[in-house]
Order: sequence, then structure tokens, then C-alpha cells
Amino acid sequence: MAKFHVNGEQVDFRGAADTPLLWVLRDQLAMTGTKFGCGMALCGACTVHVDGQPTRSCVTPASSLEGKRVVTIEGVAATSQGRVARAVQAAWIDKDVVQCGYCQSGQVMSAVALLGKDPAPSDADIDAAMSGNICRCGTYQRVREAIRSASASLKKA
Amino acid sequence: MASNVSRRDFLKSTALTGALVISFYLPLGGGRKAFAQQPPAKAPVPPNAFLRIGKDGICTVQVKHLEFGQGVTTSLPMLVAEELECEWSKVRAELAPAGAEFAHTAFGLQMTGGSSSVTNSYDQLRTVGAQARTMLLQAAANQWKVKLSDVRAEKGFVIGPGGKKLAYGALAEAAARLPVPQDVKLKAAKDFRIIGKPTRRIDSADKVSGKTQFGLDFQRKNLHTAVVAHPPVFGAKVKSFNAEKVKSVAGVTHVVELSNGVAVVGRNFWAAKKGRDALEVEWNLGPNAGVSTDALGKQFRDTAKGPGKTARAATSPEAYKAAAKPIVAEYELPYLAHAPMEPLNCTVEVRGDGTAELWVGSQFQTVDLAAAAKTLGLDPSKVTLNTMYAGGGFGRRANPVSDYVVEACEVAKDVKVPVKVVWTREDDIRGGFYRPMYVHRVETGLDAQGRIAGWNHTIVGSSIVAGTPFEPMMVKDGIDPTSTEGVADTPYEIPNLNVTLHTVATGVPVLWWRSVGHSHSAFVMETMIDELAAAAGKDPVAFRRELLAKQPRVLRTLDLAAARSGWGSAPPKGRARGIAVHEAFGSVCAQVAEVSLQGDTIRVHRVIAAYDCGLVVNPLTVEAQVQSAIAFALSATLHGRITLKEGRVEQSNFHDYPVLRMNEMPLVEVHLVPGGDKPTGVGEPGVPPLAPAVANALFALTGKRTRSLPLSTRST
Repeated sequence: MAKFHVNGEQVDFRGAADTPLLWVLRDQLAMTGTKFGCGMALCGACTVHVDGQPTRSCVTPASSLEGKRVVTIEGVAATSQGRVARAVQAAWIDKDVVQCGYCQSGQVMSAVALLGKDPAPSDADIDAAMSGNICRCGTYQRVREAIRSASASLKKA
Repeated sequence: MASNVSRRDFLKSTALTGALVISFYLPLGGGRKAFAQQPPAKAPVPPNAFLRIGKDGICTVQVKHLEFGQGVTTSLPMLVAEELECEWSKVRAELAPAGAEFAHTAFGLQMTGGSSSVTNSYDQLRTVGAQARTMLLQAAANQWKVKLSDVRAEKGFVIGPGGKKLAYGALAEAAARLPVPQDVKLKAAKDFRIIGKPTRRIDSADKVSGKTQFGLDFQRKNLHTAVVAHPPVFGAKVKSFNAEKVKSVAGVTHVVELSNGVAVVGRNFWAAKKGRDALEVEWNLGPNAGVSTDALGKQFRDTAKGPGKTARAATSPEAYKAAAKPIVAEYELPYLAHAPMEPLNCTVEVRGDGTAELWVGSQFQTVDLAAAAKTLGLDPSKVTLNTMYAGGGFGRRANPVSDYVVEACEVAKDVKVPVKVVWTREDDIRGGFYRPMYVHRVETGLDAQGRIAGWNHTIVGSSIVAGTPFEPMMVKDGIDPTSTEGVADTPYEIPNLNVTLHTVATGVPVLWWRSVGHSHSAFVMETMIDELAAAAGKDPVAFRRELLAKQPRVLRTLDLAAARSGWGSAPPKGRARGIAVHEAFGSVCAQVAEVSLQGDTIRVHRVIAAYDCGLVVNPLTVEAQVQSAIAFALSATLHGRITLKEGRVEQSNFHDYPVLRMNEMPLVEVHLVPGGDKPTGVGEPGVPPLAPAVANALFALTGKRTRSLPLSTRST
């Protein structure tokens, strides 16, 4: 049992306390934008923000979320990070980043967290922040380009 | 250009809800008897049609191939839109379900593979667009009572005499009542407005906002989740298990014995997963309990010392023995898992009325539907298979034995509630159907003039198609071409090239893996050519050029990569360059890798790729596919290896089966060879040259040859 917020809405979760946030989102709340990839915090496909921090939801038990604020890919464009999120999503579309797209919710959430903290990251910062997010299609080069592009557009605005 | 659609059995359109719908029914037969369970053609109603134009002018293309990254939801609609003369912004894509009309035009079954989605659709879908355009023109001409030659199509409108205009949406209903023209003239390439133009993907907006429905995302009322305990050893059988204890786990609803394991079904994933964690199964391990890759390596190397079945016969097979400078080399390439980001899954609903429906990201709709029907004991006409977006696949979702689809159907048949079978990452890495392990042995050498004296090439490995419906179609004289391609058909003019194959059954299930046989053959061919160049004291590009004198296309591609990489100039300090070129799936790709060593760690800084993939439909996609192929290949080159000990797979997840991450991604430059008159393969041909290019660069750095992959296991 735990009470927390998901994209601003109160959630009163009454299932098994060890249920990972990922499966609360997907199976209880029918929010399937957050993806299952490894179950061990190795691939980043399940990345959400918990109190603003990028977090691997596949290893985050519901019981640890009491009172916390969770933001997912479905809600991130409408939060306090919305401006950054919209810039990231627009850059992703402009640079034609996605391929299969399965990892991209996690990529976008990690990129929003990065640019939210540091709107002008160096190439090394980008690699460091994004290397936890695996993409088997190998979209990394365009992810880098899109982050640089989003960073530039945030500076201009 | 003559349309080959006129040869099809028949063709028709139908008026339905005011939309113009065009569908094709393709004849079955020829060499396709193996797929006799192919579903019969259904009534031509949406969505079993290629194109639907609504009253709102929206043009929806049914995409007959699986979208799993390669961009078919954009490139295939581009083919239709080119001839339809509609506004690109009005084009939408939907994934077609399984249906006979969606068969691959060359292979006769609905499937995605062999880098052929665009090539086999190129004439077909342009024809669909031209037919629809003609019908819209005719409908307008009829309405205005003018001749067809007095009207023309432009950006979603028909324009008539005096500048009269009617939108496609307003004409769709009338057009749908007209006969489909059998012979339509397709545009010349010089008149293309959409084909060849960099076009952003249609599916991006949904994919960056989490809206795309992958198979794993499918939801349904009362949908249960099943997690399956697979055998610890391939082929092991269930002896007994503790069903009662598992059923006491909260949320677990069923425990079901399957032909290949035990399924635990729950109200959600977490319940099913906890149920499986509590499950204890006793197994009859069977004949594969002793399989180890160390022992297989030794067995393969011993086997390679004798000749196998002939795949290519040299006039003088023993000519290599006369070499003044002989070279004998053994290569070992490991089993590889596909590890697509979306773990395998399949949802099945069996209904009380004798019908069933599946939702699955399938590369093999025809095969999977037939397997589902057989497993469920239903006529294929009673089974519907919906194609879902797939999070990667690389061949894993094209299984001739439909393993995870059959598994899901076995569960659904038993539990009688809608059920989604979900594999964990561990299930995926340990689940078999790997790129086969291979040993190649090459005996070659240079004569006194520094030319290749002969080349005796022996390959040892498992056949991908043995025991599947593909065997009778593909295996000729005991040779599975997926074991020998890239060697037996090399474009190099190698004197006295003799190629033989030992096909060995190991008990480890194997499957095609992006670029199939080329994934191992290019490494061997291109590192040995490099080794011979070094032995001859020649530049690797110059040495290759001599052997490619009669291969202008390969030469052009090699030259382009060399030129753009600055081949011949000094590389940046601490780095070395390596080159490789390979032909596969009708395309040629050459790559130059710029590599350094940081301690023992290999860093690939840049890869310059030259690519001849014929006529380019979407340059943005082609560039993305080359980047993708290089990342995929570099994963395997640096890290990829599945090993077995006592029958058990030793890897389980991304910590012990590492794949490329962003910090290891090189800067990739893609240079397209212009001038093709039709498209050739795009998704796979970028994979083969990467490993040899990196290995050749490593040799240039260290003076040491590496003959096994992954490079992380090399001795330093």
C-alpha cells in the first residue's frame, strides 16, 4: 500500500508492496508508455522521474513511493519540466531519431532530466547521462544530435 | 513501365463507408506448398486493403510488413503517395493484419526479412497509387462529363477544364464504384517528387510520447499475464512441479504445463512473475545436458580439418598447397542472441464461438497464424492475427517454428481467458534461436608473384533452416546457403576457390540474425583478404581492387569509402584505419573504421560507410539504417557471445550479455553511391563489413591478427 502522485494525479496503490512502479504504471494504471526492457535497471527503457530525478521504475518498489511525485512519458510535457520536454520531443522528431521506438520513452525521460539540470551539457555530459539507456537500433548518434539541438533551442527561447 | 499487377489473379475495389479501397489478391502456388495452411483470402473490406481514402481526404496505407525500426511505415506509404499525387501530410500508415493479399511479392507469404520490404513492394505499391489516382481522375471526369485526358491530379485534388477542382475526399465514394484499371503507367524516376526526398518518419510523434502500441502494450478486459519457466537445457521435458504452492501466490490464477515448460498465469505481470519465482520444476534434461561451447569449438575445429559437402568447386582444389607463402587460419564465431529491446510477447484470446484472435509483433504473419491455428485446433479462417509494432527483432520474430506464438496459444487454449505471454530479458537471452556458432578454416597463400595461389575454405556450423518448412525450398545438394553466403558467392576473383560445408546439429536452436550468413562470412573473408594483402606487401585497398576488376559496383563503393575516409593519409595520432567491403541482399557496403586502443580497451572513433543500395527511396532512413547496422554489428564485434556449459546458457541479461551503449558509439558518416534504377536491400547489408573493418584496424595498430569474435575475448 502506498499513496503517491503520478503526473499530478493521486494514486492509492493497494497491491503487493514490492510491486515495481513499472508494473503499477503498466498493469494497474494502464499507462504503457513506460517500457519493460530488463527488470534490473540495466537498460533505462523504464525511466521515469521521481521527485524530479530520473529513476528506473523496474526496480523501484511501490512501497518506496509514499508521498512522492512520479512523472512519466505520458505526462512530462505538461509538468514544470514541460518546456524542456517539448523541446526534447520536437528535436527528436526534427532529427528523425526513432527507429523501433521502444526505448525512446526512456531516452526522452533521461534527456529531459539532463537538460532540466544542465541546459548546455558537453558531449561528455551527454554520454554520461545517456549511457544507461540502451538502444538496440543504435539511434545514439541522432540522440546526441537531438539533445544538442534541444539545448540550442532552449537557449534561444 | 509495365505493371506486374496485371498478372495477378484479380483485382478489385469496393465502396465501403464512402472510402476508396484497393486490395489485391495474389495467387498462391508454385513453390509455396509448404505453406498450404495460409489463410484464405478474406472479403475485401478494410482493413484488408492497401489503401483507403476517406471523405476527409486522409489516405491510409496498410503496411504489409512489420515496423520494427526499419521505417516501413514511412517508406511504403511514400511509394503509394508518389503515384497517388496526394499531399504527404494527408498520408497515414496502419499495420496490416495477417492476410493472403499482404504476401511478399517474391516469397509468397506475409513476412518481413531479407532486407526486402521496399524492394518487393516497389512496383506493387506504386501501382496501387497509380490505380487509385486513375480512378479518382475518372470519377471527376465522369462528374464533369469531360474526357480523362482533360483532368489531372495534383496534391490531393483533381483539376479539370477551366481550373475546376475536386478534392480526393469528395471523389472517393464515386471512384470506389469504378473498375480498377489493369494497366497503369508508372512515373519515370526523374519525375519523382517524394521518392528520393529525405522524409521524416510518420511514426515519430507517437514514439516520443509513449503512445505507440507495441505488442507488450496491448490491453484488453480481463487480460491475464503468463510468465513461462522454460527448460534449463534445450529440449528438456517437465517431470513434475509444485503447482499447489504456486497457486497460493497472491494473484496467480493458473499453472499450466506446456510442451516446452510450465506457464504461471496471473492477474498481472508481477503476480505471474512471483508465481514463477516460487515454481519448482523437476526436469528430464534429455540429450543436451552435456552441451558446452568449449567442447563444440574443439569439435568444430577438428571437423573443419576435413572437407565437407561442396558449396563451390575449384578447378584445382589443391592449388593452395603450392603456395610459396602458405597461410592457414581458423576462425571461431560465437552464438549470438538478438536481444531486441521489447522482450518477446504474444497475446491470444480464444473465444467461445470457435474463433481466436492474436496480437503480436510478428515478422512472419503467415507462418505464425498457421502455427496458432494448428495449436488451437482451429481452421486458419477462424483465427485473426493483428500485427503490433515491435520493439526490434533482428530476425528473432521470424521463427519458422513460431516458438513464442505456439507457447501463447498453448496457454490460451488451456486457461480460456485472454492471456498475454511475456518473456523476461532472462528468458530472451537464454531462450535459444541464436545466430549459429561457426568455425571457418581457410587454407590459402600467395604464389611467387604475390598472387593468391588457391583458397580452400571449410565452414562448420548448424543449419538455420534444417527441419523447418524452408528446408525444401532453400537447401540444395545438402548446402544451406545461409551457412555459405558471402563466401561461395564472393565477388572477389579468387583463383581456385573451393568451399565446403559441414552441417552439424548441436541441440542449440538457431535462427537468422540481422544479415544472416553474412554476419560471420564477411568477417572471415575480409580479414583474410587483408592478411593476404599484408603478406603480399600491398595496400589493402589496392590489393582488393585487383581482385574486383570485374565488379564495377563493388569497386565504386570501395573507392568511395577509401576516398571519404582519407585512406592513404596518416590517421589521427594513436589511431589506425581498417577497411572492409561486402555484398549482401543486393547491396554493397564498404566501411573504414578508425580505431585506437586505450589500454586493452578498443575504441572505435569513426566509421566511414559507402553504400550502394540502388535507388534510394528515403535517404533519411537509409542513413539511419547504416548507423543502426554499425551499432548492432559493433555490439557483437566488441561484446557479443552466448556460451553454454553443461547444457545451460551462461548469460542472462545486459550485465553479462553487454550491448553497445552511447559512450561506445562511433561517429558514423554515410556516403551513398548515386544512380541506382531500383532499390536493393537496406536494413542488413551495413552489418557485415563492420567487424572485419575494426579487426583490420586492430591489426594495423598492433600487428596481430584476431580470428575470433568478440574482440573483448582476444588474448592481448
